[in-house]
Amino acid sequence: MVRLGKAIALAAFCLAALTGAALAQGQLRFCLRSEPKTFDPLQVEDDASVAIRYLTGGVLVRLNRQTQAVEPGLATSWKISKDSKQITFKLRSGVSFSDGTPFSAEDVAYTVQQLMDPALHSATGDAFRSGAGKVETKIVSPTEISITFPAPVAGLDRQFDQVAILSAHSPKKEMAVLGPFMVADYKPGTTVLLKRNPNYWKTDEQGRKLPYLDSIQLDIQPNRDVEMLRFKRNEIDLINALDSEYFDKLASTSQNVAHDAGPSLDSEQMWFNEVAKAPIPGYKKNWFRSATFRRAVSQAINRNDLARVVFRGHAQPAVGPVSPANKFWFNSKLKPETCSPDAALKALQKEGFHLENGTLKDMQGNEVVFSIITNSGNKYRERMATMIQEDLQKIGIHVNVVTLDFPALIERMTQTFDYEAILLGLTNVGLDPNEQMNVWLSSSENHQWNPAEKTPETPWEAEIDNLMRAQGSAADPKKRKESFDRVQEIAVEQAPFIYLVNRNALSAISTNVQNASPVILVPQTYWNVERLSLK
Amino acid sequence: MSFWRRVACAVLLLVVAVSLGASSLAPAGYAKQDREAAGAPPSHAHWLGTDEIGRDRFARVLYGTRISLFLAPAAALISTLLAALVGGLAGYLGGAWARAAMAITDLFLSLPWLFLLITVRALLPLNVSPAFSVLVTFLILGLLGWTAAARVLCATGGSLRNTDFVRQARASGIRGTRLFWIHVLPNMKPVLYAQFWISIPAFILSEANLGILGLGVAEPLPSWGSLLKELEGLVSVGEEPWKFVPLLLLVIVVTSFQLVLSKQDEVAA
Amino acid sequence: MLGRTIARHGLTLIATALLGGLLSATLVRLAPGFNTDEAALDPHLSSQSIQALHQARTEQHNILRFYLHSLQGALHGDLGTSISLKQPVRRLLHDRVPLTLRLVGLGLLMGWAAVMALALTAAWLRVMACDLCATVLTGLLICVPAAVLALLSVLWNIPGALAIALIIFPRDYRFTRNLLDKAYSLPHIVTARAKGLSEGRILFWHVVPSAGPQLLALAGVSVSLAIGAAIPVEALCGLAGIGQLAWQAALARDLPLLMNITVLVTLVTLLANSSADVIGHVWRGQQA
Repeated sequence: MVRLGKAIALAAFCLAALTGAALAQGQLRFCLRSEPKTFDPLQVEDDASVAIRYLTGGVLVRLNRQTQAVEPGLATSWKISKDSKQITFKLRSGVSFSDGTPFSAEDVAYTVQQLMDPALHSATGDAFRSGAGKVETKIVSPTEISITFPAPVAGLDRQFDQVAILSAHSPKKEMAVLGPFMVADYKPGTTVLLKRNPNYWKTDEQGRKLPYLDSIQLDIQPNRDVEMLRFKRNEIDLINALDSEYFDKLASTSQNVAHDAGPSLDSEQMWFNEVAKAPIPGYKKNWFRSATFRRAVSQAINRNDLARVVFRGHAQPAVGPVSPANKFWFNSKLKPETCSPDAALKALQKEGFHLENGTLKDMQGNEVVFSIITNSGNKYRERMATMIQEDLQKIGIHVNVVTLDFPALIERMTQTFDYEAILLGLTNVGLDPNEQMNVWLSSSENHQWNPAEKTPETPWEAEIDNLMRAQGSAADPKKRKESFDRVQEIAVEQAPFIYLVNRNALSAISTNVQNASPVILVPQTYWNVERLSLK
Repeated sequence: MSFWRRVACAVLLLVVAVSLGASSLAPAGYAKQDREAAGAPPSHAHWLGTDEIGRDRFARVLYGTRISLFLAPAAALISTLLAALVGGLAGYLGGAWARAAMAITDLFLSLPWLFLLITVRALLPLNVSPAFSVLVTFLILGLLGWTAAARVLCATGGSLRNTDFVRQARASGIRGTRLFWIHVLPNMKPVLYAQFWISIPAFILSEANLGILGLGVAEPLPSWGSLLKELEGLVSVGEEPWKFVPLLLLVIVVTSFQLVLSKQDEVAA
Repeated sequence: MLGRTIARHGLTLIATALLGGLLSATLVRLAPGFNTDEAALDPHLSSQSIQALHQARTEQHNILRFYLHSLQGALHGDLGTSISLKQPVRRLLHDRVPLTLRLVGLGLLMGWAAVMALALTAAWLRVMACDLCATVLTGLLICVPAAVLALLSVLWNIPGALAIALIIFPRDYRFTRNLLDKAYSLPHIVTARAKGLSEGRILFWHVVPSAGPQLLALAGVSVSLAIGAAIPVEALCGLAGIGQLAWQAALARDLPLLMNITVLVTLVTLLANSSADVIGHVWRGQQA
């Protein structure tokens, strides 16, 4: 009887292996837009390295990019303490790294200790750093571990979606992985070749081993025109974050190739320099520090035109700091600003501005002229800036558009503060408000319109500080939502950022790729990479 | 005056005349955004279609011509004169002068000037007028673009130093600067014309590339360079041949310049 | 005499390359954006991590000290570590130099073959139609942005070397054609032609020796032109060479990498120009 059982099991295994082998086919190809700076998942900071971490890293929990829910990964279950300081994971047993080294709680402890090392200065680690003190890890058993943080961490489980587990013992160090693929070859400046991890733990509903694909070739190609050209020639299978003009061309020539998943989390925005010590004239500082002025500028901008003309309809007028795509955290009471140059002009006139021969002047008679800087090479931002230039001309404001290379722009924005207005985009990779904590806290270096304030310089910034801290330490999602809704309302009322549009998540997927289902969250097209296969 | 030279002169005059009459030929102007017709193909209202934000491409070509056609040759003249002075003089003087001048030229050829340009942009105020920004840009281009020709001119100067006619001139008492201007420089004409001709399109294109550093023509002002940048989205340009018009115009103008100059050279020779 | 010339060129070459390294390091250091890192915009980063990013470049603030330190390292074979790619500069250069050398070498070869063929035909035959065609062709090529030529090479599956050849061809053609034209109109060549000397003999015995030194100088200069052309070609064609690396380094203000690339480019440029000078010197010596 035992023999029969074994035979059946063997047959089932062979069948599964055979069907699995039938599906495990082919090489998926797509482009990375820059050279990956590191293969160490803990030190990841650039998009290319994030992509490789997603494809190769094994994580305790995985945020399902489609449902936006957290699902088990290497952890079968987890529990967060009431004070949101501690999380306990129950781990999957019988799992091995790509080089055969067994996986246990020791690896999780090792990874967390490495990640939280203050000398590492890891962005992934800093996301957990809500207060001063050491992170404690306690190995309960080889399959259970509890991690205690010195202060509450809101959305604690979701943060582990970014933490790829390293092996504490493997001689291959970060090249030993737990994800569906592993780095097999790297030709600097040209390609990264990933091969399927033979020890990957996951199987599909039929018991077949995942991933289905044999390998993935990532070609390093910064030029989007060339990427598109190669897609048209079937040399690559996917394009993430497709340009809207290419989307239209693809959609008109081939069916079921171009995908628009709707508004993404990314926003395009502009803001004025409100830094007190900025080397710009005092009267300009007064304009920029006036909420009425900022709101009037916001009102004079035709967001519908920006979305319709610049993005060919593949963008939505932005409402506030949270995209409507972020279903839970978006404050649905807020509506996009309607363009009304007349109302903007009236508001400005109440503040003492007046029109003189078509030119707006302030109370002292200074002409309202300012420059908008944006990063060069981004044609969408350049076009938006030029359209805003024309929109503001209608209320007598003269705008100079200046494009700068990115390092020069960052220096003006973060060090010299020698600018008047900036137009840039914000890439929101996460859904949780904590992802934006350093943007809203007035003491933060990333509080772009007026960074690193010693104490909040305005009452509304003080209120935002309190609300952000409150939502960051609360365990109840409802209370967090209330606080963050108010933050969104203040952001719209005071307009420190003038939100312009939320770009749609556009992508292109070759008809050869099966099981693809593009979503708005990064990585849009290959979020379910283990289930992708080729015809 | 040969037939082709006359044709070239006529073409240049026509281009200048049309660009000067831009305001009456394209009354809508180069900055007006017809947002309902963004990226439109050629039509009665827009002869060369519109750009991505609905500005009339024909008007932009005409106004762009004004800037590029006058400033690029001016910058080319500066670089040509510098090349003649540095290269020609060093070659003519020879010895340590030539070695020092060529070492400086080699340094110029290999330094990453991009960073100087970025620094220049940092020194200019952000609210600088587009016209001033353009002038500065072309001036920089003129000051930096002389090196390649200087090397060739140094070799030419070196060859000329020992020619019979220079020796004869020297023997007959003509010395120094006069000898250089009267006998050496005219014999460098082939290289100087080539430098001038090559510099015009090179500077027009460089001006467009300098836009990424915040130099060059600022929006909404057009230039040939910024119009030529549309060609970089080549995957889509193939389907929109009217985007090639600025390139065609530039080729015609540059070829005309060349024909005018080469014939002059022949006459001089 | 030749030995002394070579030694003098060698010394100038080393001194100029070292000065080039220092000047380029100074240019990068003074350019805005030097002390910035795009990573600092990551909203996840704590203030301490942002400070650490700023401090990562503090040792490069004193440019003279940094340069001397780099030279000391270079003497021991250590070229430093790239800030943006976090890899040893020596390995990065070692991996990428061969591709660029091949690309630039082939591009120069093809470009010059085309230049000489067309320029000689135009100068020799002196047929207006031929000259007009060549003028229009070079006019067209010189007006097309280098990035567009590189994109065309991707579109039509043309090797990158050909794109480089197409970039340098129009620039060198005009100089060459004018130089040959000038040589053909020299009195002794006009006399030789009138006396019925064969065209081959005129070309090799009179025209080439007369225009040779200038053509050599032009060939030397076209090396730096080809290296400059390699930047857009490599960047667009996805070729992992020095041009692509230089562009990445410039965008990231990667001082160690940029300085080493500049010294390398300066050395190659100087080597090409010095070789042209030495050959030209010998040539003139023989003629005299």
